[in-house]
Amino acid sequence: MILHSETPWPALLILLPLAAAMLSFLFPRSAKFTGVVTAIIIALAVVGFGWHLQSEGVYRHAVGGWGAPLGIDLYGDGLTLLMLAVTALVGLAITLYSLDYFNTEQARWFWPLWLLLWAALNALFLSADIFNLYITLELMGMAAVALVALKGGRDALNGAMRYLLATLLGSLAYLFGVVLLYHGYGTVDIALLAERIDHQPVAWAALGLMGAGLLLKTALFPLHFWLPAAHASAPAPVSALLSALVVKASFYIFLRLWFALFAPLGGEVAWLLGLLGALAILWGSWQALRQTRLKLLVAYSTVAQLGYLFVAFPLAAVAGVVLWHGVIYLLISHALAKAAMFMAAGNLLRFGGHDRIVDLNRSVQQLPLSTAAFALAGVSIMGLPPSGGFIGKWLLLEAALQQGQWALAAVMIVGGLLAAAYIFKVLGYAFTPSTSREESIPIPATMAWAPLLLAFASILLGFLAPALFSLLDIGSPFERGAGS
Amino acid sequence: MSGSVWLPLLLIASSLLPGLIIFGLAERRVVVRTLLNLTGALLKMVLVVVMFWGVYHGQQYEVRLALLPQLDFVLRVDALSLLFISLSSVLWLLTTVYAIGYLEGSPHRSRFFGFFSLCVTATVGLALAGNLITFLLFYELLTLVTYPLIMHRGTEVSRRAGKIYLRYTMAGGALLLLATVWLYTLTGTLEFTYQGFLSDMATQHHPTLVIIFVLFIAGFAVKAALVPLHGWLAEAMVAPAPVSALLHAVAVVKAGAFGIMRVVYDVFGIDFAVLLGVTGPLVVLAAITIIYGSLRALFQDDLKRRLAFSTVSQVAYITLGVALAGPIAAVGGMVHLVHQGLMKITLFFCAGNLAETLGIHKVSEMNGVGRRMPWTMSAFTIAAFGMIGAPPVAGFISKWYLGVGAMAVDQSWLLLVLAGSSLLNAAYFLPILHAAWFREPPETWPEERHFGRKETAWALLLPPLVTALLALIVGVLALAPFSPLAWVQFVVQQEFGVFQPKTNIPN
Repeated sequence: MILHSETPWPALLILLPLAAAMLSFLFPRSAKFTGVVTAIIIALAVVGFGWHLQSEGVYRHAVGGWGAPLGIDLYGDGLTLLMLAVTALVGLAITLYSLDYFNTEQARWFWPLWLLLWAALNALFLSADIFNLYITLELMGMAAVALVALKGGRDALNGAMRYLLATLLGSLAYLFGVVLLYHGYGTVDIALLAERIDHQPVAWAALGLMGAGLLLKTALFPLHFWLPAAHASAPAPVSALLSALVVKASFYIFLRLWFALFAPLGGEVAWLLGLLGALAILWGSWQALRQTRLKLLVAYSTVAQLGYLFVAFPLAAVAGVVLWHGVIYLLISHALAKAAMFMAAGNLLRFGGHDRIVDLNRSVQQLPLSTAAFALAGVSIMGLPPSGGFIGKWLLLEAALQQGQWALAAVMIVGGLLAAAYIFKVLGYAFTPSTSREESIPIPATMAWAPLLLAFASILLGFLAPALFSLLDIGSPFERGAGS
Repeated sequence: MSGSVWLPLLLIASSLLPGLIIFGLAERRVVVRTLLNLTGALLKMVLVVVMFWGVYHGQQYEVRLALLPQLDFVLRVDALSLLFISLSSVLWLLTTVYAIGYLEGSPHRSRFFGFFSLCVTATVGLALAGNLITFLLFYELLTLVTYPLIMHRGTEVSRRAGKIYLRYTMAGGALLLLATVWLYTLTGTLEFTYQGFLSDMATQHHPTLVIIFVLFIAGFAVKAALVPLHGWLAEAMVAPAPVSALLHAVAVVKAGAFGIMRVVYDVFGIDFAVLLGVTGPLVVLAAITIIYGSLRALFQDDLKRRLAFSTVSQVAYITLGVALAGPIAAVGGMVHLVHQGLMKITLFFCAGNLAETLGIHKVSEMNGVGRRMPWTMSAFTIAAFGMIGAPPVAGFISKWYLGVGAMAVDQSWLLLVLAGSSLLNAAYFLPILHAAWFREPPETWPEERHFGRKETAWALLLPPLVTALLALIVGVLALAPFSPLAWVQFVVQQEFGVFQPKTNIPN
C-alpha cells in the first residue's frame, strides 16, 4: 500500500463505515462480511492516518473547500489519533465477537446500527467545530439507544427508554449551549471560539449547558442514573461498545472544550468535577460490590472508573501535560479492559443462561478463556501492575501526592481496593466445584478469544506508555488554544 | 555485552514461558507438562550458576525498559538478588518434583502448574528488580498468582483462606503503592543503590521519610507475617502441601522479608535508617514476633498450623538481623533467608508425606510414625533440630551470628529473646520427635496408602531428603567458599560500605 500523504484517511474513516452501514442494511445476508472487511480497513486506515500525523504533524482539512467559520472542518492531532485507534481496536474485537452472537432477526438491525455508530464515533473524534460535534453526538446517541433496545423484552426496553431520555436531554442541553455561543461569538469553530471567548454571562450560560449535557452523557456521578440499567440490559457486544467507547466520546468532547473554552473560566469548576469524580469512584465501586448480577456489577464498575477521569481536573492546573497523559491512558485502558469484561460476562451469561454471581461456578470453570479475560481485564481495572490502568493511576497518584491532595490520593487507593473486592468476588467462583449440571450453550472460538485478546492488550499497555505518550503529543492537544 | 542483557530475561522466561504453555495444555498431557516444568527448572539452575560466576568476577547484568518517561522497568543482578534467586531456583526444582508426585491423578493440574511457574517467575522477578517500581510490579504479581494456588482445592475452607489472604495482601500492596509514589515525588528516583539514595535529603523531610518507612514496613510486614499482620498465614494452610512449602520457604513470606532488606539497605541505607531512628522499633517488632509466633505454635495440634506459626517466628529472625544495623547481625539475618528456606521446606514436605501416605494431619496422631516412615521422619528430625538452633544444622549458624551481632551493637537483651525462642522451638518440636520415634504406633493409620516396599512414592521422598541434607551441609560447611554464609558476607560488605576486592571473600 502506498502511504501517500494526500490519501484522505479521515474521509475514509468516516465515509467507509457509513457506506458499510447502508450496504449491510440493503444486503443483510452479507452484513457480517461487510462488517469484518470494514473493521479491517478502518484499522489499516487508522495506521495510515497515524503515519500521516507522525510525518506531517496536525491534520486540518476543510471539507469541500469551505473553511471556518462557514464550512465543515476536520481536525486531527495525537488525541484524535489515539481515540480513533482505540475505537478501531475495540471495534474490531466487537465485530468479531458479534459474528456469532446475534440471531438472524437481531443481526438484521445490529450491523447497520453498529456501523452507523462507528461512523458517528470516528466523525466525532475528527470534528473541529461544536455544531458538527452536536450532529455526531446525536447520531451516536440514537444508534446507541436503538442498539440497547435490540434484545427486546421489558428490561431492555426499560433500559433503552431511560437511556433515550438521558441522551436526548444531554444533547438538547448541549445544543442550547452551541446556539448561545454561535449567537454570542458568530462561530462554531473551536479554535476561533477559543480566541474570541470572554467572561460574559452568555459564555457562562453556554458552557454550563454544554458541560451539563456532556456530563450527563458521560454519566458522571450523580448523573449516572441511566447507565447501569442501559449497559447491563443491552446485548453483550452493545454493552461493551457503550461502556468502552460511547461514554468516552462525550468525555472526549468535554475534554476538548475544557482546554479550548472552559479552563480559563474558573478553577472552582475543576474542584467540583474532582469532587464528583471522587464520589463516583466510591459510590460506583461500592454499588458494584453490592450487586448480585454480573453485568450490573460490571456496569457500576464503569461508573466508578469514569470517576478517575474527573479526579484529574483539580490537579491539572499544577501538574500539566503529564497528568493528561495519565487520564488518556486510563481512558484507553478502561476502554479495552471494560470491553473485554462485558464480552467475557456475555459468554458466561450465554453459557449458563444467567448471570447470578453466586451460581457462576460452573460457567466460570467451563470457560477458562473467558474467565482469564475477565481476570486480566480486572488487573487493569484494579490498577495493578503491569497494566495500562496501573500507568494511568500511577500518574494521577503522583500528581495528587505532589500537590499534597491527600483526600484525592486516598480515594484513588480505596477505589483500587474496592475494585479488587468486586472483581475477586466473581473470580472466587472459578475454583469451587459446582453441583449443578444444567444444559449449556457452547461458546464459539471467536467469542472466547476476542475478549481475551483485548484483555491482553490492556495489560500490554503497561509497557507502551513512552511510545504512546509521544504519539499523544502530536499537535500538543493539552495546551490551551491547541488546534488554532 | 549481549549476554549481560539476555541472561536476566532468560532467567524470567525460563519459568514464565513453561507456565504460559502449561495453561494451554490438556489435563492428560502429563509427559509434556512434566518435561516443560523440569526443563525450565533445570535451565534456571544453569543460568544461576553462570551468573554466580559472572557476578563474582565483577560482571554486570542489567536490562532496562522505559515504563514511563522517567521511570524504567529494571532487572539487575547483584549479589543480594543472586542469593534469593539461587534459593528459589533450587527449591523450585525440588518442589516441582514433589508436586508432580503429590498431585498425581488429581484434577486441575495444568492450572496448578501454570500458576506454580508464574509464582516462581514473580519471585525471581522480585529478586532481580532493580528499582522500587519493578519490585512493586512483581510483588503484586506474586499476590495474584498465589491466590489460585491457595484456592486450589476449591473447598469452602480454601475459599475463606483465599479471601483472607487477598484482604491482607491487597491492603499491604496499597500501602506499598502509596509509599512508593510518595517517595518518588520527593526524590525523583527509585533506583536501588548500595547504602541507599536518601541520605542527602534535607532535615525538613525527615519526618516524612519516617512515615514513608513505616508505610513500607507495614506493606512488607503483611507478606513477611510480622505481628500483628500475620493472620493470613495460618489460614493459608489449607493449600496443598507443595504450595505451603513454597509459600513458607521461598515465595510469599520471603518476598516480604526481602522487601524489608531492599528498603532498609538499598533505599534508605542502613546508616540513614539508624539516623532516622526507625530501626529500634523494628527490632522490638521482630522480637515480639519471634516470641509470639513460637508461643502460638506451641498450642497448635494441627501439624501444618504449628509449622505456620513457626514460620511467623523464624522469618522475623531475618527482619531482626536487618534491623539490628550491624554487619554481623546482618549476616545472621540474611543467611537465615536461605537456611530457614531449606529447613522449613523440608518440614512441609514431610508434613505432606504424612498426610498423603498415612492421612496424618495432627501432631497427636504422630505416635510411632518414625517406624512406619523412617526416612521422612529422619529428614523431619534434622530440620526440626535446625529450627531449634542445634549445631551443626544450618539454623545454628544463623542464630550464632544473630546473637553475636546483637551483642556487637549492645543489644544483649536479645540474647534472652533468641534463647527463649530456641527453648520454645524445642518445646514444640521435641514432643513431636519423641512421639514419632519412641511411642508405640497405633493399630491402624487414619488413611493409609501403600507403595510397595518403599515407605512412600519416590517423588515425595526424595525432595525432603535432599533439602534436609542441604540444610545439614550448609551448616557443616558454612565456612567453605561459596557457602551461603560466605556469599552473604560478600553481600554485607557491599551494603555496609566496607567493600573489599572480590578475591578477599572470607573462607
